[in-house]
Amino acid sequence: MKRLMAFVRKEFLHIFRDFRTLIILFGIPAAQILIFGYAVRTDLKDAGIAVLDNARDGVSKELIQKIEASEFFYVKRYLASYEEIDAAFRQGEIKAAIIFPGQIAASVAREGSATIGIIADGSEPNTASLVTGYITGIVNDYSSSLASAVTSSLPLIVPEVRMYFNPGLKSHFMFIPGVITLILILICALMTSVTIVREKEYGTMEVLLVSPLKPWQIIIGKVTPYFFLSLVNVIVILLMTWFVFGLPVRGSIPLLIAGCMLYILLGLSFGILVSASTSKTENAVFISLLTLMLPTILLSGFIFPIENMPKVYDYVSMALPPRWFVGIIRAIMIKGAGFGYIWKETAILAGMTLLIMVISARRFKTRLGEEGR
Amino acid sequence: MNAVDAKSITQRFGKITAVDDVSFTVSEGELFGFIGPDGAGKTTLFRIAATLIIPTGGRMTLFGLNVVSDFRELRNHIGYMPGRFSLYTDLTVEENLQFYATIFGTTIKENYHLIEPVYKQIEPFRKRRAGHLSGGMKQKLALSCALIHKPRILILDEPTTGVDAVSRTEFWEMLEGLKREGITIIVSTPYMDEALRCDRIALMQQGRLMGIDTPAAIRSSYGKKIYAVSHRDRYRLLLALRAMTDVDSPEPFGEAVHINIREGATVDDVKKSLERAGLEGAEVTEITPGIEDVFLELMKKGS
Amino acid sequence: MERDKVIEVKDLVKRFGTFTANDHLTFDVWRGEIFGFLGANGAGKTTAIRILCGLSRPTSGRVMVAGIDASQKPEEIKKRIGYMSQRFSLYEDLTVSENIELYGGIYGMSMKEIVPRREALLEKLSFTSYGDMLIRALPLGLKQKLAFSVAIFHDPEIVFLDEPTSGVDPITRRQFWEMIYETASRGITVFVTTHYMDEASYCDRISIMSEGRIVALDSPSALLRQYGTASVEELFVKIARPQKIRE
Repeated sequence: MKRLMAFVRKEFLHIFRDFRTLIILFGIPAAQILIFGYAVRTDLKDAGIAVLDNARDGVSKELIQKIEASEFFYVKRYLASYEEIDAAFRQGEIKAAIIFPGQIAASVAREGSATIGIIADGSEPNTASLVTGYITGIVNDYSSSLASAVTSSLPLIVPEVRMYFNPGLKSHFMFIPGVITLILILICALMTSVTIVREKEYGTMEVLLVSPLKPWQIIIGKVTPYFFLSLVNVIVILLMTWFVFGLPVRGSIPLLIAGCMLYILLGLSFGILVSASTSKTENAVFISLLTLMLPTILLSGFIFPIENMPKVYDYVSMALPPRWFVGIIRAIMIKGAGFGYIWKETAILAGMTLLIMVISARRFKTRLGEEGR
Repeated sequence: MNAVDAKSITQRFGKITAVDDVSFTVSEGELFGFIGPDGAGKTTLFRIAATLIIPTGGRMTLFGLNVVSDFRELRNHIGYMPGRFSLYTDLTVEENLQFYATIFGTTIKENYHLIEPVYKQIEPFRKRRAGHLSGGMKQKLALSCALIHKPRILILDEPTTGVDAVSRTEFWEMLEGLKREGITIIVSTPYMDEALRCDRIALMQQGRLMGIDTPAAIRSSYGKKIYAVSHRDRYRLLLALRAMTDVDSPEPFGEAVHINIREGATVDDVKKSLERAGLEGAEVTEITPGIEDVFLELMKKGS
Repeated sequence: MERDKVIEVKDLVKRFGTFTANDHLTFDVWRGEIFGFLGANGAGKTTAIRILCGLSRPTSGRVMVAGIDASQKPEEIKKRIGYMSQRFSLYEDLTVSENIELYGGIYGMSMKEIVPRREALLEKLSFTSYGDMLIRALPLGLKQKLAFSVAIFHDPEIVFLDEPTSGVDPITRRQFWEMIYETASRGITVFVTTHYMDEASYCDRISIMSEGRIVALDSPSALLRQYGTASVEELFVKIARPQKIRE
């Protein structure tokens, strides 16, 4: 145990002495969050909307007034038919369209509820989610004032939101899971493989192997610091998204952290595997980037929606861990899902982790390999 | 029991035979040197002894423990210094030593007496990072690290390469001190002149051992008279000697050219021939052969 | 006899901040000489060589290399010298011929000039069959010889060698020194730096540096007589050791 602690301490010293490592560890995650966050965030002010008012009664008029009274929107166009909606969006004049069904006041009075449609321009997902959020807010507000007048507990007017161009809607919530996935891979796999391979290059690995240290002690000693640093990073990212962008985690935080730990283990195991197959630092970097970073960015659904890809890529991405991990944290963070909802993804990821761990532990030798020449 | 007992060790890497049927023994407490140029197979042989490679053929034991099957037990008794000084350049002198002490399950204090003669020379710099040390200081630190767990055998692979002559001399003095502590030392070097520091030496070339003996015995095995010829114009001297029928195998050795004189000829004959060749005042003196003379001779016989 | 000076150093001083790496060095190197430049680690050797090669300028003093003032036109010096280090000299993944052509090209030679010289060189080294081989595949001894030939391919006035024969087997080593002798006899000055004193003993004259100064300079045998030591190694330790305490 003492030997192991000495090893871990040494690893921490390496990390804290190397300015570049520290930047990669903490600077890049923070920068990524801020860049992604601010690049996609726009303030909503005087956004043009279109209205298709099939009712033209008291309720629809009052609601339009309320919407216009807010500083966020102004009605750019009144539409006469559904067909005009498409044209309005294509001309890019409006951010959203509101559709009132016929006789809305009558439905509210007779059936106690009515539905209005809100369509937003999904090609700008972040603006779209803001727009629909605000309109929904105004509608709900109005709805409850009506409700208190007729003393009903049910929502009287239900807004139904749809997206134009991008029905899946990726909002700025969506990039956080992607960034976490990317960062965990970067730190776990890349840094672990590099630090092990560097010992081979310096020749210190020879002495470690000759020492009474067992291979598992070398492995654990190498990965422990990165395990903790990765966790710290996850927490920093979550805190930043909460405080800087005001986006809290909807689901259970312990569950989220547990999910991250699983993925960290996978990344670390992969790092060991990479280090076992090469003895040059630049190769380790290259292999890690090629096999991990690219699939994470391209095939995890983080930036490019998998649904829109050819079926082949769908199958390829199923064989890769990032897809399942992105699925898990997305479900927890955004949908607020519990374990019951993500057990399948978790099981698949756990299986992959175990597999990689076994392979990498077997490939990590107690002697010098071919490079022993 | 011998400290090292190697029988017919062979190591192949693909088509290359790095070590070819090498057998030798090292007694306990001996300072044993492997002398040979780069690529002779010294490093491979040392890695086998350090339990880092499994030999393709043959059997090696250290203190009766097999380097293949008993490697776990053996690793507690080996102090190994690979060719490149195995130090963490971003850790300080003290941190390096501390780290190696702990992973070998000991403390600096426990074996301080052993490393003291070596370590006290670099102790003033104990807060300095190993990467900022000079070659000689790195070498001393690496030796301290290899010694910290009081190994029974030190395996030092070219410890003096890339280190200046002053540090090298000090290093060999330290090894003699460690030998007095009863530690067995096997050391390799490409430098023939360092051979004289060892109790016994093995001359190695292209994976094979060409001879094992004490340095004195190796030198006297030369068996022929050898002369050093010197003249200001060495290049002309060499060419002239090469053209002479009385002279055998002229080889440049520093400022002089070493020659054998063929049977029937004398020193005077050689001098006269040199004068005829316009090299007046050349000196011809009989000398005792050095390790390098023997090495050259053995290499020529081998090829 | 007035000999032709190819390197002339007078009162060379190089300071880095408050640290004086070279403290009033004065020495000459003659044309066609094999000159050994020795010193312990940190004695200021590397600094001096960088200046002689035109890679760094002296703080003060006069340094003339191949007739060029090192503080005025260091770039000009580079064209007139060759350099060979044990660690870096040839590209392992290029063939023998490609390496030769590359070096010729670097020194501004045209293919017309390079091709005949390349053939002559391969012939001389009995390398003709190796022309298309990758450097990687050559034995160490051959690599060394080729690296040296490449370093003098453009007929420099001076060639700088860094531990040229360290670790090389005794036979190849002698062949190598013979090449050096032959080169020097053609009038190319050979400037050798080394940690190995037996290597130093092959030089015509050696200088020993310690703490930024030259503490001895003469032929190896003259120095041995002067200091009463049996080998250059002993001599070096005797001269360089007392000052060495501070590193």
